Amino acid sequence: MAEKNTQYYVPEQSPWPFITAVALFLVALGAATFIQQNSGSGIVTNEGSSGSIILPLGLTLIVIMMFVWFRDTIKESLANMNSPQMDRSYRMGMLWFIFSEVMFFGAFFGALFYVRILAVPWLGGAGEEAMTHELLWPNFQAMWPLTQTPGGGTTEAMPAWGLPFLNTVLLVSSSITLTIAHHALVAGQRNKLLLNLFITLVLGFAFLFFQIEEYIHAYTELGLTLDAGIYGSTFFMLTGFHGMHVTIGATMLTIMFLRALKGNLTPDNHFAFEASAWYWHFVDVVWLFLFVCVYWL
Amino acid sequence: MGEHHGPMKGIKRWLYATNHKDIGAMYLWFSFIMFLTGGALAMVIRAELMYPGLQLVDPNFFNQMTTTHGLIMVFGAVMPGFVGLANYMVPLMIGAPDMALPRLNNWSFWILPFAFSLLIFSIIQSFLGIADAPNFGWTFYAPLSTKYGPASTDFFIFSVHMMGISSIMGAVNVIVTIFNLRAPGMTLMKMPLFVWTWLITAFLLIAVMPVLAGAVTMMLTDRHFGTSFFDAAGGGDPVLFQHVFWFFGHPEVYIMILPAFGIVSAIIPTFARKPLFGYASMVYATASIAFLSFVVWAHHMFTVGLPLAGNLFYMYMTMLIAVPTGVKVFNWVATMWRGSMSFEVPMLFAIAFVILFTIGGFSGLMLAITPVDQQYHDTYFVVAHFHYVLVSGAVFSIIAGVYYWLPKWTGRMYNIGLAKLHFWCSLIFVNLLFFPMHFVGLAGMPRRYSDYSLQFADFNWWISIGGFGFGLSQLILLWILIDVCFRKKGEAVSDQVWDGADGLEWTLPSPAPYHSFSTPPVVK
Repeated sequence: MAEKNTQYYVPEQSPWPFITAVALFLVALGAATFIQQNSGSGIVTNEGSSGSIILPLGLTLIVIMMFVWFRDTIKESLANMNSPQMDRSYRMGMLWFIFSEVMFFGAFFGALFYVRILAVPWLGGAGEEAMTHELLWPNFQAMWPLTQTPGGGTTEAMPAWGLPFLNTVLLVSSSITLTIAHHALVAGQRNKLLLNLFITLVLGFAFLFFQIEEYIHAYTELGLTLDAGIYGSTFFMLTGFHGMHVTIGATMLTIMFLRALKGNLTPDNHFAFEASAWYWHFVDVVWLFLFVCVYWL
Repeated sequence: MGEHHGPMKGIKRWLYATNHKDIGAMYLWFSFIMFLTGGALAMVIRAELMYPGLQLVDPNFFNQMTTTHGLIMVFGAVMPGFVGLANYMVPLMIGAPDMALPRLNNWSFWILPFAFSLLIFSIIQSFLGIADAPNFGWTFYAPLSTKYGPASTDFFIFSVHMMGISSIMGAVNVIVTIFNLRAPGMTLMKMPLFVWTWLITAFLLIAVMPVLAGAVTMMLTDRHFGTSFFDAAGGGDPVLFQHVFWFFGHPEVYIMILPAFGIVSAIIPTFARKPLFGYASMVYATASIAFLSFVVWAHHMFTVGLPLAGNLFYMYMTMLIAVPTGVKVFNWVATMWRGSMSFEVPMLFAIAFVILFTIGGFSGLMLAITPVDQQYHDTYFVVAHFHYVLVSGAVFSIIAGVYYWLPKWTGRMYNIGLAKLHFWCSLIFVNLLFFPMHFVGLAGMPRRYSDYSLQFADFNWWISIGGFGFGLSQLILLWILIDVCFRKKGEAVSDQVWDGADGLEWTLPSPAPYHSFSTPPVVK
């Protein structure tokens, strides 16, 4: 029995949001405990409870919840229960979510610009903070990349034109193939869609492979580590969070590939594909900023 | 699925909720419980400060009280209170059946009790003397929170992450609802001002909560993974923390006041029986305040040694905010001017809001002046300022909103005599509590200390009396709510409830049906 209106569709109650909140709680509790017990920083609240059990439990639960929650949503979408209005809500929601991600990266880029433009020069005696330099580290010289910290730590900088440039080429190409795939989807060309989506995935995972390669190079040969001063801090936090987002984006696109194989995506109903594509382009743009501001300049 | 679904039975109705009114009610009750919890911590602070010397608690515990009081009130009481009102009222005001993304809405809510349980667990441990709760102030400046933070800091960090996820998802939902679910004919410039202020608030939330997440992430890696963001020896800077924090923190204070403007702009026209004076200017003023909130953050940092040009820039930008805020205050007064005024309980709180918020605004203007702030910084004058805007501002507006819409929510009128008693007690005690703080602050009493010089003793005694009085007065509100919500007392009210009330929410029955507007109303 349909509701008396045909205009509005309100999805029915679901247990998944609540269980997802529980899962998130387990992740938070587990992560805090796990980090305290394993980071070697000496800060430990409770030796008894075990982060190495709670954290994986929470993460597993999150994955299960995403599976069942999205499964329900996809079923509803395939049953044509989503009005065009609902579709617009999803689209707007995804765009605003991506905006929040932009601001998250903004915090770390802001930190990078602050240390490059203000903090490091001040420590080197520039501007109004000359006394800090005189009193604390009179021998410190400001430079970027900061290969020698005021405290005396040393590292080497990561050159831009090796692996990072290769990775730039890979990601930009993947955005192009993804756009071709999108056009193929709209045009109903199944084989072209599958081929280009597959190439996108290969390029994306190749990016991740080389990123790991680069991290190994940084840690084993350059002495560039998380604790190698502010250059290492900004380098790994920015590229690390970017890599995490590439992983999320690649996972989304993998699911889109599987759904495309099942014939789940149609030319006029493929919001999930578009959302994943937007996300992928966002991750790509972040990389371009990273390449310019972290590696190159 | 797709079939008619009413509320589920028993606990599932709340755990599996997708209904904006159920979720809104849970937000509001959560907010009220946190308000009482944070208030209890404030009582510890005031008991300790009633007399000079150390009375009840040791200084470290005192610091934990000020820290957790601030965190719980900001993130647990005021923000969820406004989100609850948005959940309940925005769909009713724009003629929608529900929020745009109802399941996401439920997730946003249920994250909160879990996030706060992480924080409150630390507080309980602190009371039991097992371990320290966060003790670095609600602003958690580095290195107090990094190098010197207690072990519970890590739980605090993840708790903030969860609150951030909740706020961002909640804000996405509000924006999408407002942009996509308005009834036909409800153009943007016909939206009630509460909807407008929430639209802009939601934008602020999406813009700055991720920055807060970034700040606490940097804290976490500084604490555990050897990064140097806030450590000058590694080339970082503790002042960087303050920049990142206040880039979040200043828009955050407008997140806590813009919806208040919306509530007051709904109440005053009702009881002055005149349309809101200067509707369009109210919208533009709200937008200007939101824009300016992104370029004033360093006025919290006048004493950390920024370059002079920086201090001057932030001083002028901050003073500019007085212009759109002044527009609002004058518009409220002009709305009342020659109105056919009556003084029902929501109106009493709204008028008190206008006057007391303006006092808080003026002390803010004093603090904005860089050279003068060198003197005021970190004194009780600052405490007086932000409690005037947050307690007699934000909290009063939430209470006003509850008294205004409670009959719509429940279909019953609450006990008006008790509500008036609640108002007068709150009004008198809130001023006794916060007004003398201006004096002791100007005389040099620093904030966040468990002790003070003898000359501040008399004022502090009165402040504590005000504090206890204000805290106890809120139990009247608790009783009123229990009476009308659970004991089902009170006379049935009409659809319109208040004879001067205008807007879509008053066209629905009281209480409103389960799916608020199942077909879109037409707005002329």
